[in-house]
Amino acid sequence: MKNRGFTLKALAATALLACAGASFAAKTLVYCSEGSPEGFNPQFFTTGTTLDASSVPMFNRLVEFDLGTTTVAPDGMAYTFKLRPGVKFHSNEKFKPTRDFNADDVLFSYNRMADPNHPFAKTSPGQTFAYFEDMGMKSIVDHIEKVDAMTVRFVMKKPEAPFMANLAMDFMSVQSAEYADKMKAAGTPEVIDREPIGTGPFQFVSYQKDAVIRYKAHDGFWGGRPKIDNLVYAITTDASVRYAKLKTGECHVMAFPKPADVAAMKADANINMVSQQGLNVGYIAFNVEKKPFDNKLVRQALNMSVNKKAILDSVFQGAGQPAKNPIPPTLWSYDDKIKEYPYDPAKAKELLAKAGYPNGTEVELWYLPVTRPYNPDGKRMAELIQADWEKIGVKTKLLTFEWGEYRKRSKTGEQHVMMFGWSGDNGDPDNFFVPLLGCAAVKGGGNVARWCNKDFEDAIQKAKLVTKQAERAALYMKAQEIAHEEAPWIPIAHSVRFDPVRKEVIGYKMDATAHHYFHKVDLK
Amino acid sequence: MFSFLLRRFALVIPTFLGITLLVFSLIRLLPGDPVEALSGERGMTDERYQRLLHEFGLDRPLWMQYLEYLWRALHGDLGYSTITHEPVFHEFITRFPATIELSMCAMLMALVIGLPAGIVAALKRNTVLDYSVMGASLTGYSMPIFWWGLLLILTFSVTLGWTPVSGRIAIQYDIPAVTGFMLVDSLLSSDAGAFKSAVSHLILPAIALGTIPLAVIARMTRSSMLEVLREDYVRTARAKGASTLRVVGVHALRNALIPVVTTIGLQVGTLLAGAILTETIFSWPGIGKWLVEAIHRRDYPAVQGGILMSATVIIVVNLVVDMLYGVINPRIRHQ
Repeated sequence: MKNRGFTLKALAATALLACAGASFAAKTLVYCSEGSPEGFNPQFFTTGTTLDASSVPMFNRLVEFDLGTTTVAPDGMAYTFKLRPGVKFHSNEKFKPTRDFNADDVLFSYNRMADPNHPFAKTSPGQTFAYFEDMGMKSIVDHIEKVDAMTVRFVMKKPEAPFMANLAMDFMSVQSAEYADKMKAAGTPEVIDREPIGTGPFQFVSYQKDAVIRYKAHDGFWGGRPKIDNLVYAITTDASVRYAKLKTGECHVMAFPKPADVAAMKADANINMVSQQGLNVGYIAFNVEKKPFDNKLVRQALNMSVNKKAILDSVFQGAGQPAKNPIPPTLWSYDDKIKEYPYDPAKAKELLAKAGYPNGTEVELWYLPVTRPYNPDGKRMAELIQADWEKIGVKTKLLTFEWGEYRKRSKTGEQHVMMFGWSGDNGDPDNFFVPLLGCAAVKGGGNVARWCNKDFEDAIQKAKLVTKQAERAALYMKAQEIAHEEAPWIPIAHSVRFDPVRKEVIGYKMDATAHHYFHKVDLK
Repeated sequence: MFSFLLRRFALVIPTFLGITLLVFSLIRLLPGDPVEALSGERGMTDERYQRLLHEFGLDRPLWMQYLEYLWRALHGDLGYSTITHEPVFHEFITRFPATIELSMCAMLMALVIGLPAGIVAALKRNTVLDYSVMGASLTGYSMPIFWWGLLLILTFSVTLGWTPVSGRIAIQYDIPAVTGFMLVDSLLSSDAGAFKSAVSHLILPAIALGTIPLAVIARMTRSSMLEVLREDYVRTARAKGASTLRVVGVHALRNALIPVVTTIGLQVGTLLAGAILTETIFSWPGIGKWLVEAIHRRDYPAVQGGILMSATVIIVVNLVVDMLYGVINPRIRHQ
């Protein structure tokens, strides 16, 4: 085993003269968020709302998203990180850090999740390290060691090309070991999760449940002090009310506008619409274990009979682009050479006849019971598809269940045809192919098409082991060709996300994931 | 009076048992369970599913779960939320003042407007005034809160700019929660603007929530007043030469109020139910919004605890109302 130490842009610390203009009124940016966070420790939770309020403003990862995801050691059995010196932690009433960030913090944060006997493995009932488990970290990393105070090493069980992307994910946020020690000594270990201390651009001030989360700029932030002084999340669950607040200036930025409001927002002189191609895919999965979907021709015929343009216009209100692959075009290795199945009901009918269904057939279509960025209105989409399929003689019964039940039943393979989707979490193509179409995900419940194709599986598994991105991309392209030909899905759309922002906000950029970053933002 | 109270208290016990049983079984009749609801698109491994099921105590027989829930509730332990991992009692109590504050203001508005409106309508029966009051109250009663709330926001906040859209206080005021009642807390903070801001934030949600009780109270007052005005003792009072004010205000109103007070007591339930929608629209951090979220996510402990606590409030209020009858109408005391 060879240790190929390479330094990443790990927690870079740049001292910046904090703007000394204290004579000006404090700049407060108000963000109308869509819901309450479940908590403030990003290790426990997986919902975007919670991560947006915890890991995004307050924490840093060993590898920041978009940085270093392409630098992987050729044989990849150990990853050594030289840590950036001078990274400061936040402070609060209970805790004043006496030292900067170092290897102990990385070890504490990681081992808390990896070691079930760690004193912080269980600080409150029902707590799980869900993402850590989901990403299979235990089967990838053997252990983590402290080489010296500013160097840590991950020793691997097997090479894993997407590992760096995993490290950039929210659950790998680095917490303060010193704070943990102090709270443990005080007999209140759970405080570290409720009153978080991180190294991120903003530090926690207070949380009024279901109402307001307050943060203030972290003066010692390694990436430079944010230009705004205070950041406030005004929790506003109703999208129409968020829009009203944006109009009256009660908030500067709002989350998740209703697709129906987008046109009016674009026309509003006080609002800038920032948009970003989403890292997501909405699709219809055929349960290939059931008749008639075990027949490739039927799957292809149904692909050809769906008018995606009508869906994009009516369901996404134009805020999306038709999908032809399982991954969105923003992701490297996207195969643009693949030709989308044309909308051709006549040809579809022919294919159906060839497959042995000249008089059509009857199917059940399960539609999404929730609103998601990859699918704003499952029911409407289902109705459109029902009408399309009717034209080629396929009678469609529409069905749905409450979300938990939807997931539970699909795990047992009860579905015929099912609407589903995915938002990527780490910017690696592996994060789409393996959880959605991999053979292991049939049992795990992520692969609702229950499609397990040997050639496809070989390609995506091999892509985990090779480290050169070009080689991986070639494998993923092959996988996309197979997925297109075999058609376990009808890929419907990759949605475009919009963040409406008031004119006085300067420098707001959207992120590929659904996170909202404010540390580079200023106010006029 | 004492035996009356005793009888009322004795009735409370089976009511509580009924509520716990009802909530316990209803939430379990809904499809899905708290663990399944935690899983996202990725799904959840069987291993973790079983582990969490065990941790939440959901792998035990139902009767055992119920008895344990009862036993714990009797000891004041409502369990931990499956979502936030925090004690349910704490979750409830931090949000409850917001709901109380909103409900009380809504009720106050309903009384201040509803009572006089009802009286006037009764006195001016079959006039344009009566018809317009009753017409308005019927409209108010039929208006969906969600739509009404949004309409208020669009008119008074967005178009006219008179009131803030939502929340409990303007963002610039970071008022520490001492009592949990924003009006009181903002008064306690030495900032004069804070109280004003808190009041302005209360107006629209109080109107949205208070409209239905207002309509009910106005209609109830009118019909009850009409009945009483026909009574012999009112005619006697008039014959005695008492002024209209005295006849209406003392002789009639006091008797007419009895069914109205009952209605007010019952409206507390309506208020708590209406609070669910009002709180959602106005981003009001109370228990209504919290409970809906808990139901969506199948947070059994939060739903069970939250409804039990809300039911307690309603039972207590109705108990107080029953006692108030005696105060208002001495004849009832003797029964």
